Amino acid sequence: MSVSSSPALDAIVIGAGHNGLTNAAYLAKAGLKVVVLEKNDYIGGAAVSRELHEGFTYSNCSYMCSMMRQAIHRDLNLSRHGLILVPYLGTVNSGDGDERLISYHDETAAYLELKRHSPHDADAMHRFQADLTRYSQLIRKTLLRTPPDPARLRPRDISELLFLAKQFWSMGEAQIYEYIRFFTMSAAEFLDDYFENDLIKAAMATPGIIGTALGVCSPGSAYVLLHHVMGDVDGNIGAWGLARGGMGAISNALAGAVREHGGEIRTQAGVRQVLVKNRRATGVVLDNGDQLSARIVVSNLDAKRTFTRIMDASDLPDGIREKADNFKIRGSSGKVNIALSALPKFTGVPDNPYVNRGGQAFSGSMETLERAYDCWKRGRWSDDPFVESVIPSAWDPTVAPPGQHWMSNFIQYCPPQLADGPWTAEKRDQFGQTVVNKIERYSPGFKDLILHMEVRTPHEIEQEIGLTEGNIFQGELTLDQLFFNRPFPGYGQYRMPVRNLYMCGSSTHPGGGVSATCGANAAREILLDLRRPNSVPEDDFFDE
Amino acid sequence: MNVPDPFAGERPKLSPFHPRLKALNVREAWSAWNGYKFAEYYYDAEYEYFCVRNRVATYDISPMQKYEIKGPDAEAMLNRMVTRDVRKIGLNRVGYTLWCTDEGRLIDDGTIFRLGADRFMLTCGSPCGAWLAKSAFGFDAVTISDWSDELAALAVQGPTSCAVLKRMGLDGVETARPFDIRHFDLRGSSLMVSRTGFTGDLGYELWVSPEHALNLWDALYEAGEPYGIQPYGEAATNMARLEAGFIMPAMEFNEALKTVHFEHDQTPFELSLDWLVDFRKPHFSGRSALLREQQAGPKYRLARLDIEGNRSAEGSHIYRNRRCTKQIGYVTSAMWSPAAKANIALAMIEPKFLNGEMWAEIYYEKELRHYSRVARCTSREKPFWTPARARATPAPDF
Ligand SMILES: Cc1cc2nc3c(=O)[nH]c(=O)nc-3n(C[C@H](O)[C@H](O)[C@H](O)COP(=O)(O)OP(=O)(O)OC[C@H]3O[C@@H](n4cnc5c(N)ncnc54)[C@H](O)[C@@H]3O)c2cc1C
Repeated sequence: MSVSSSPALDAIVIGAGHNGLTNAAYLAKAGLKVVVLEKNDYIGGAAVSRELHEGFTYSNCSYMCSMMRQAIHRDLNLSRHGLILVPYLGTVNSGDGDERLISYHDETAAYLELKRHSPHDADAMHRFQADLTRYSQLIRKTLLRTPPDPARLRPRDISELLFLAKQFWSMGEAQIYEYIRFFTMSAAEFLDDYFENDLIKAAMATPGIIGTALGVCSPGSAYVLLHHVMGDVDGNIGAWGLARGGMGAISNALAGAVREHGGEIRTQAGVRQVLVKNRRATGVVLDNGDQLSARIVVSNLDAKRTFTRIMDASDLPDGIREKADNFKIRGSSGKVNIALSALPKFTGVPDNPYVNRGGQAFSGSMETLERAYDCWKRGRWSDDPFVESVIPSAWDPTVAPPGQHWMSNFIQYCPPQLADGPWTAEKRDQFGQTVVNKIERYSPGFKDLILHMEVRTPHEIEQEIGLTEGNIFQGELTLDQLFFNRPFPGYGQYRMPVRNLYMCGSSTHPGGGVSATCGANAAREILLDLRRPNSVPEDDFFDE
Repeated sequence: MNVPDPFAGERPKLSPFHPRLKALNVREAWSAWNGYKFAEYYYDAEYEYFCVRNRVATYDISPMQKYEIKGPDAEAMLNRMVTRDVRKIGLNRVGYTLWCTDEGRLIDDGTIFRLGADRFMLTCGSPCGAWLAKSAFGFDAVTISDWSDELAALAVQGPTSCAVLKRMGLDGVETARPFDIRHFDLRGSSLMVSRTGFTGDLGYELWVSPEHALNLWDALYEAGEPYGIQPYGEAATNMARLEAGFIMPAMEFNEALKTVHFEHDQTPFELSLDWLVDFRKPHFSGRSALLREQQAGPKYRLARLDIEGNRSAEGSHIYRNRRCTKQIGYVTSAMWSPAAKANIALAMIEPKFLNGEMWAEIYYEKELRHYSRVARCTSREKPFWTPARARATPAPDF
């Protein structure tokens, strides 16, 4: 490090997504001078809450929380910074017709409900849950750890590989084979081994397609399923919760932690270019032309964006630009946020305050889900899409006026590029209408309750928060892009091909979702390089 | 023909709110409290806890013991009994207090409501009529009546509790300060509201005569409907009170009058409730013993512990060293706190070890196998849950 040009800043974090904020919080906590630069005039990236219609606070992108590591929540005192995560009860899965499947927390109620559909499947659910829990426990143990590099095999890689081997072997031989199969299976194949009822299968399959450019029958969707059920709320694995005040409350609490430790967050400070000198990152140029230098630069942007948009190809070693170009980051999801004048009712759903409160998954059937995917493959949005709806205001008194509600709808599938030309405002609204029509089918009169709508296709998602192609995970979750392969083989440890440049977004291990893991793991590696004591926790669960 | 119920004498009594509680107790999760049928939870304990922390929920406290203490000697008599200076509790104010044996051992804790110059209400968890009668010895101008069955009570707790009460028509309730008492007319019946509770959050307790209990319930649930109002039971109460750091009988303390073994009961100082003992006031039961204890120092202190890991330290012993060879205390209550995201506990610790290392030996079970872990404990000054809204006046809407 040359003393003469020693920069005033230790670290620049590009992007105030929740991972960028987590990263900055840990760097600041370790005593580094950190600035976070965010292009938008608000923070949070895909973990954001904004008021677009008076009195209604939408969680514009992500809407539910399960992956957020409680070790980080606890360590960064996020409760004191205003974060409280509230689990919610009972999702209703609707079939194509009148069938409804309700998932209850209560064991007896859950069993009776499954039995009503299929006594066979009610029994099989026990084995399914046990298997899924076993698989997810193994992954859970890797979330707050840096993956080993199996090619480099330095002492730490070897010890990390041994740690994994030990976890693996503890499952027993038969399960090891099952587990390996699991990574390449489709959700449909995986579920066929357990269930006979189509609605139960469809209900269990939908986590396998959320955010994915895969269908329920595509190999690899079984893993995505796991990715969505490996989280927990207060140790209840697979449970999902809402952040009080919206998902933005998570980012705001993290921002509170950044500031508590002396870090700075600048909004409307988009980065145009990462500066590289002698193969070292030295700082950034902002959209307004300002230059900032720092000892290290951390990108919260996805891998494709980092290497193709804000870096010069000539600054990168050979092959990196190609890797970035080939990085799989196809968008497949839409999001429709709706302000409602009253709580909608859904036909065929018991009208009690626990169930008829908006946790609705319009799953249809395995056939409907696969057909929805077919549309996407052909460059159209699904005409009978899978919609997952939640009404956060039915649980959270702070996000809508009393008696009124806002509804979050996540849609699978919606393509980033249409076969018949570019996205237009008109086509976006047609997509919105497709979603509203689908909901109206299950909730007659729904349309009359609508006060305001925010329709987001992958196009809007990319424009606003810079998720390339609108991919919600900053890169697809397929085996070739997971673990030590994420984002690229050889770069699974948060260090990028240019020295002093790191990545901390969901493009890195363990991938997408509001988990704060990527940012925390990257901070651990940075502190190691800067020879600072590690202050990033590992999961503090006792062995589950 | 009506066949007489051969079990009539041993069935639990039903609270004035029971017809509504029964309908909502989907899980049939009943226990009992002071002879009344009482809900452990209604639908889902964790859900109910979150209603308390995130929205609004009600807790039937009708089975609590309530006594009216009235007459020119009422103030003096109560002041002779309890550890706090009752003279300082103003009109329409509530005071939390303790009462002890002559040996300074804790009999119970409760609240004193000053309803007039010469009129009080005392509430507590266990019946204490006999002790009140004993305490009134020598005070001629005081009458004590047991109101326990004569007054229905409902705690309304949670961030939107004030908003719901306003919507029910209790104008100005938001201006009540913590521990204030207000009187309202509710559809022709008189309703007493105190800004009190056992959750550490914004909350109120509503007091009505039993014949108006269902009217109150219906008005409250109508107003609370858009806020998702929900009843909660013992399980959620226990979670909330532990986060707030409040003590429970049979958890933190063994009621002195029910204690067999020497000093297996507790003193206010052992429970770290020093602020409730007022030596400047006239003589009170237990005073000399407590003075002696204050000088010598208590044998234990109740501490709030933050414990690493996520396994509840329920029933754990606390040690001074990681090897667990020197025991310095024991856990009285413990749980994973969803709001604070911490593994919390209340524990009795020998004072001289309070500033050193503390380790909990935690036992837990996993699919019928038993495991143990030794986890580091850190003592915390403040309760684990103290939202600003709990103290704010005017009370906020959420
Ligand atoms: C519609 C949708 C629904 C989702 N639902 C869920 C859900 O329910 N639960 C869940 O757990 N996950 C969900 N996800 C996934 C999850 O939200 C994301 O994986 C996660 O929030 C990504 O966080 P991040 O910090 O890694 O990156 P991002 O949130 O993408 O943050 C990147 C940040 O960088 C900023 N930026 C971009 N370019 C620049 C530049 N040049 N200069 C400066 N700043 C820049 C962006 O504005 C953004 O703030 C969803 C995502 C989407 C899009």
